[in-house]
Amino acid sequence: MSIIELKNMGKTFSTASGAVTALEDINLSIEEGEIFGIIGLSGAGKSTLVRCINYLEVPTSGAVFFREQNLGTLSDRDLRKARSKMGMIFQQFNLLSQRNVLKNVTFPLELTGTPREEAEKKALALLKVVGLEERAKAYPAQLSGGQKQRVAIARALANDPKVILCDEATSALDPKTTKQILDLLKKINREMGVTVIVITHEMKVIEAICDRVAIIDASHIAECGAVSEVFSAPKTAIGKRLILGEDKGYQQVSLPSGKKLRLVFDGNHNDPIIAVMAKQLGVLVNIVFANLTEVEGRTIGQMIIELPDDETQYETVINFLKARQVRYEEVRE
Amino acid sequence: MSLQQMIPLMGKGVLETLYMTLLSTALAYVIGIPMGVVLVVTEPDGVAPLKGVHDTLGVIINVFRSIPFIILLFLMLPVTKALVGTQIGSIAIIPPLTASAAPYIARMVESSLKEVDGGVIEAAKSMGASPWQIVTKVLLPEARPSLLIGAAIVMTTVLGYTAMAGMTGGGGLGAIAANYGYYRWQMGVMLVATALLVLITQVIQEAWMKAANAIDKRKR
Repeated sequence: MSIIELKNMGKTFSTASGAVTALEDINLSIEEGEIFGIIGLSGAGKSTLVRCINYLEVPTSGAVFFREQNLGTLSDRDLRKARSKMGMIFQQFNLLSQRNVLKNVTFPLELTGTPREEAEKKALALLKVVGLEERAKAYPAQLSGGQKQRVAIARALANDPKVILCDEATSALDPKTTKQILDLLKKINREMGVTVIVITHEMKVIEAICDRVAIIDASHIAECGAVSEVFSAPKTAIGKRLILGEDKGYQQVSLPSGKKLRLVFDGNHNDPIIAVMAKQLGVLVNIVFANLTEVEGRTIGQMIIELPDDETQYETVINFLKARQVRYEEVRE
Repeated sequence: MSLQQMIPLMGKGVLETLYMTLLSTALAYVIGIPMGVVLVVTEPDGVAPLKGVHDTLGVIINVFRSIPFIILLFLMLPVTKALVGTQIGSIAIIPPLTASAAPYIARMVESSLKEVDGGVIEAAKSMGASPWQIVTKVLLPEARPSLLIGAAIVMTTVLGYTAMAGMTGGGGLGAIAANYGYYRWQMGVMLVATALLVLITQVIQEAWMKAANAIDKRKR
């Protein structure tokens, strides 16, 4: 069952210099219990999109359904009630600076009128989940970035949400802390059954935890599907740019005229792909170009291989690459 | 003037000054805080935008702030009489002082509340906080250190205005300095009264700033 559904949703901001379209014709349905990623370059509209999901931004067209309830038809009071079932975490954590860790976590419970003792008991239990029960009396200024995000996660969980919205939640953190936070989100998803929606500009975040991904570009959803499928064979130009990189260094060299594939590696593969192809499949490929390139802040290796002119062998190679989750695209002149 | 005369005179002056300052400031805050809060929440991107209310309140505040205090004092004489039953004495300066300080406080409160991180307000909204909850549980508590710093500035400003109490036949150090120094050429009395005013200002400012810093949890 889909827990969140966006139907023909659009958002236009009226500014001094005229109307600006942030989102147009967005159709997405997010299933209960999944980790759904939304990736795009900055300015693509992803932050507006996530804010439309909990109606912090009110869409100017289309509709948002949360548990089959059209948020646009709710009274302010019912909308606030619906929001309390959607936790949200932010890039800048947004903790209350004058409240200690425990009081930050009890904050959403205070809003819904939970008795203090009960709220504190629950907050302590949640701090245990995120591994910060010893810092309950500390203030946000005394915590590291990763610890602050843990508090924010505990706070987002306080009202037993069905969904957690993560707006660039790891973008202000170093790689090691990012991994810890992502692991925690994954744990919460698996153990508590909370649906997680991740907004990011970082490929590695999507790869690390998402089941499905939507690529957003210039206010539209460019493509959407299972991460393994979209990443192994992106269909759109933006998808290729994000996933395969846009370095066309090989265009400087003259390539043979046969069938060619461009393979992209980003350090996730340890097995010798070309050697395995030769040994297991009996397909001998010719490496015609290889280099390292930096895309969106990460280093990726690319290699162009020439395949034998044989349909069956070609199919075999494609299936092999898919099975190994190696990203590739066909190279044409 | 002998020391025996000076001490009770100054003692009375200090008490009257403190009485006028603290009472006017307290009353002005009762009016000024709600005004400042309304200014911030009714802003176009506030938590409860109401352009008409925001603009009208803004104009009222500006009008009161632009009337010179000495003129306000005279203009308000009928109001003062109605409120406190007299137009003379230290008590008679309380209504005009309050009326003068309240809009000033409204602007101080406005600026303190606007310093609160928009992200934190957004987070509260995302948790389903109502506009009232955002004011009472986010805006005011988060702005507390800055509000206290503002209060020190307000109090020392009001303290300066109490010197005008002489105009209504009121007391206080300012009136003593003016009456003895300016009208009777008793420079010694004037200097002592002025020194005491300086001292009170120093004490209020320093103590208040220390308190503001002590309660600010952003300091490690």
